[in-house]
Amino acid sequence: MSTVSWITARGLFGRRRFLLLIPLPLLLVVLAVVSRVLKVDPGQWGPPILVGLGLAVVLPVVALIVGTGVLGAEIDDGTVVHILTKPLPRWQIVLPKLAVATGVTAVTVAVPLYVAAVLAHSVRLGLGLVVAAALGALAYSALFLALSLVTRRPVLLGLVYVLIWEGLLGNLVTGTRVLSIQQWVIALADRLAPTDLLSTTVSVPVAAVMTALVSVGFTVLAVDRLRSFSVAGETS
Amino acid sequence: MSVTDQVDTTGAGAPPARATSVLSLAGVSKWYGNVVAVNDVTMDLGAGVTGLLGPNGAGKTTLLHMMAGFLAPSRGTVTLDGTRIWRNPQVYRRLGLVTEREAVHSFLSAYEFVLASAKLHGLPDPAAAARRAIGLVELEGAQDRRIGTYSKGMRQRTRVAAALVHDPQVLLLDEPFNGMDPRQRLHMMELLHRLGDAGRTILFSSHILEEVEQVSGTVQVMVAGRLAASGDFRTIRRLMTNRPHVFAIRSTDDRALAVALMAEPSVTGVELDRTGLTVRAGDYGAFTRVLPKIALARGVRVRALLPEDESLESVFSYLVEA
Repeated sequence: MSTVSWITARGLFGRRRFLLLIPLPLLLVVLAVVSRVLKVDPGQWGPPILVGLGLAVVLPVVALIVGTGVLGAEIDDGTVVHILTKPLPRWQIVLPKLAVATGVTAVTVAVPLYVAAVLAHSVRLGLGLVVAAALGALAYSALFLALSLVTRRPVLLGLVYVLIWEGLLGNLVTGTRVLSIQQWVIALADRLAPTDLLSTTVSVPVAAVMTALVSVGFTVLAVDRLRSFSVAGETS
Repeated sequence: MSVTDQVDTTGAGAPPARATSVLSLAGVSKWYGNVVAVNDVTMDLGAGVTGLLGPNGAGKTTLLHMMAGFLAPSRGTVTLDGTRIWRNPQVYRRLGLVTEREAVHSFLSAYEFVLASAKLHGLPDPAAAARRAIGLVELEGAQDRRIGTYSKGMRQRTRVAAALVHDPQVLLLDEPFNGMDPRQRLHMMELLHRLGDAGRTILFSSHILEEVEQVSGTVQVMVAGRLAASGDFRTIRRLMTNRPHVFAIRSTDDRALAVALMAEPSVTGVELDRTGLTVRAGDYGAFTRVLPKIALARGVRVRALLPEDESLESVFSYLVEA
């Protein structure tokens, strides 16, 4: 494990903010278990819990908390200077942080999704969701990591993207779905494990290409912004 | 730099003398919108300790941030041994920075923190380098406690240790004595002296004259974004002490006092108006000693004696004119 990812992980789990990660995945599992125990038809509870809660809320919110935390928290409290005053090419700072963010998000989200999917349908759906959610975690993390270098309010902007763009507009104007990570994850999961529980209007090739583009593009942006990282002067 | 050099300087023991590094600023300005924070500063910093002196808001931090690669100059160039600092992380092999902001990873212990710095520098023996740096700031006793439990001075020393772990040629410190108690301050001053004597280029900023006086022989004085004076501290200090001092005096008989004061060699000018006297004295000490004697001899009672321009800003702005 690189020193940067070690410090990042220590920072992530050392802050109280980390506790925010626990309730949502827990809720997902609890709701799935209750539905199963009450013998509700999976066609009824599967889509709202797996997609409505799991992919539309738990995945982006966990990714937002973690993704803006791995670098944004250090920028906020000024400790980022300690990592930046080292002769490291900036990609060697961004990539380990992206890896930690993606890994933590993927594990936090994939485990409850897998449990819920197995209860709703099958192991295959569970595995499909795990892989798709991990890819989604990468795209979201790259986006939110870059946001924390582009703006001083990454959480706010991230929430606007998740709630307004993906949540509201994604439901009203289907065209916006082409630029929705959530829809790409659904498309990829449905391709990996075809069921009647997941549905989207975005095609699989579009989803795959866009996920890759967003992941790479925002990572490149983050590296470039970190190269020009400026601390606020006393008069600004 | 050869590998053996690196091993020598990061291992235990005193660092050997090496060729010194030069930090150069050429016509450097920095502005934010319409606000000019640093205005056309040119300076070369070589081996030894240099104080960057100036009142708060003079642009010291902005200048230090440009030297440390955390701000791009709006105009001019900042170079270390000829290579540009902005967007060039390789300079951190030779440069260390201690910011004013007290930011440390409080969940780590001092040893973990300094060790992480050593590893990030890619030093051949990070553990030895970390121990040496912690020894330099005398934190061995507390090195395994979480930084979150430290006093302000201890945190500051932790940050200095982390900045020194790779034995940089150039060390920049922003207000390093803030929040330190007198003993810690003395210790830090000794450390800076030692590093300067060993051929390192040390620059520290301060808005307190006495701090600079005790640590450095050379100073760069900044006022309102400009480099107001630079050179030997004693020369600048003499300019500061010998400048004309202005006093406002009110007494029971201003006119009689004015006449008597004009005869004094320490007085260079007297102005009389309805509110009282304005006296310019060339020699601060002589004037304050002679004033009570004159008043007593003339039977004049002095009601008020106010120095008019004793703020640090006015001392500095006097230097701009000198």
